[in-house]
Amino acid sequence: MSVTYNFGFMDEHAKKEVRRSILKAISIPGYQVPYSSREMPMGRGFGTGGLQITLSLIGADETLKVIDQGSDDSVNAVNLRQFVELTCPGVNTTTHLNEATLIQSRHRIPEVPLTPNQTLVLQVPYPDPLVVVEPSEDKRKVMHGEADYARLLVKLYEDIVKFDEITISHRYPTRINGHYVIDPSPIPRWDVPKLNNSPALILFGAGREKKIYAVPPHTIAEPLAFDDVPFRVESFNDTHGNRRPCERCGATDSFLDEYINEDGSKRYQCSDSDYCDTVLAETKEAAHA
Amino acid sequence: MRKILEVRNLSKIYGKGCPRCIESTGPEADTNMCPHCGSVVAIHDVSFDLHEGEILGLMGESGSGKSTVVKNLYFDQTPSSGSARFFEEDATHEMFNLNAAQQRRLRNQRFGMVYQNPHLGLNFGISSGGNIAERLLMSDVSHYGEIRERAKELLSRTEVLLSRMDESPAAFSGGMQQRVQIAKALATNPPLLYLDEVTTGLDLSVQARILDLILEIQQERNTAMIVVTHDLGVIRLLTGRALVMKYGRVIESGLTDQILEDPQHAYTQRLVASAL
Repeated sequence: MSVTYNFGFMDEHAKKEVRRSILKAISIPGYQVPYSSREMPMGRGFGTGGLQITLSLIGADETLKVIDQGSDDSVNAVNLRQFVELTCPGVNTTTHLNEATLIQSRHRIPEVPLTPNQTLVLQVPYPDPLVVVEPSEDKRKVMHGEADYARLLVKLYEDIVKFDEITISHRYPTRINGHYVIDPSPIPRWDVPKLNNSPALILFGAGREKKIYAVPPHTIAEPLAFDDVPFRVESFNDTHGNRRPCERCGATDSFLDEYINEDGSKRYQCSDSDYCDTVLAETKEAAHA
Repeated sequence: MRKILEVRNLSKIYGKGCPRCIESTGPEADTNMCPHCGSVVAIHDVSFDLHEGEILGLMGESGSGKSTVVKNLYFDQTPSSGSARFFEEDATHEMFNLNAAQQRRLRNQRFGMVYQNPHLGLNFGISSGGNIAERLLMSDVSHYGEIRERAKELLSRTEVLLSRMDESPAAFSGGMQQRVQIAKALATNPPLLYLDEVTTGLDLSVQARILDLILEIQQERNTAMIVVTHDLGVIRLLTGRALVMKYGRVIESGLTDQILEDPQHAYTQRLVASAL
């Protein structure tokens, strides 16, 4: 069947259009560029936006890593990786971050900092942060154009009034290069600081909503906050105030997933499986030496 | 006294309009709908000046165009023709030549609006304090503590119980909603306030307290106001000067007590006679 499809599944014209939109997105950091999202052989909402960017950028010399919620082995990641292997003969895939040149991810940015040679592609369900305060897309476009984000801050105000803190756990509105505010896909707050001054290019693709936007390398990304109530990331401290380690590898500097055991107790483990494996291997090596 | 607003030949026509619209509408024609093309001449050729600390009344029956004047000046609508200049201490703004962002700045920071219907002026999905915060955030205050303090100060000034500031205005009575709206309008300490039928639909004792509040605010802050109402009592109590409108035209203007004691136009005479 590989002969019946073009390299990268999409035809060259479609890829060219996506690449053109990517260039525009890089030129206007944070601006949501509309593009003609193609039908993919999977439902919209399964990462078709990110996949179209990946397929448009990938060449035979690339090494691809696909992550779903930090894990290389979950269904979405495995399916997308197999799809690329099937439709892009000659492309390498990996689960190791340091080997990858192109990384497609759902909901996480890897723990280890990215390098200038890498490009991160994030799958986005809801590209527009203003959708929670303004239902009309026409009006939202004007608001973006005028950098009118006061109503997003009102939401933060209401959060502090009700809960004494900002309760947005993911999709934290972030201002790019001093103007456009983006919805940085559903990455947790933990990952938001990694957008700021990132050495790697970060691209966002929303297949269902037909939008592409970008945080170019070394661009300022500031999460919205008040002067006296600063942005903060999730705390993984236990009730005594000690940082919880990952139960598997012992790392104390990673984003942890919470699991409930059968007896109702809780277990914490790295969300980034590649990072967890790496730390585990290093500890073992150190123990042997 | 410093002039802060100068309105000249303001017109607003709904519909495509035709060359005979103007001559075929107005008080003489006894209609505001053009019989030739069906367009509605909501206001035509409205001119007036407003000075610092002055309260100007706009009165007339329903459909006379008085609210349309205010909506155009608050950028809720775009006029068909005419000009308006807003004077600040160090700048003059040709209001209808500004771009959208400049208009938004004036609207958020220099003007305040209180609508008859609180649903237009307040966001019922957020708390009363949040409504005031919204306006402060729009004028680039980004310190939570400061916003909170300012909201408290304004709400206590307009006599809203502070213990209820984190409730939605939906839980409030009509009079309280109106107080929250006034507090919101005052948040940025604007030099110009538009009041569109603020007391209509409230009971008399609440009306009296709201009117007292408006007068006190005018005394304290020297705020200029344009008060739209069909209630002659409100006109008499609040305003120094007034315009009487009918079918989109100003038919009489002058000092309020003169208009009410010695009306010149037949329509004003009927209006005053029917009310007193």
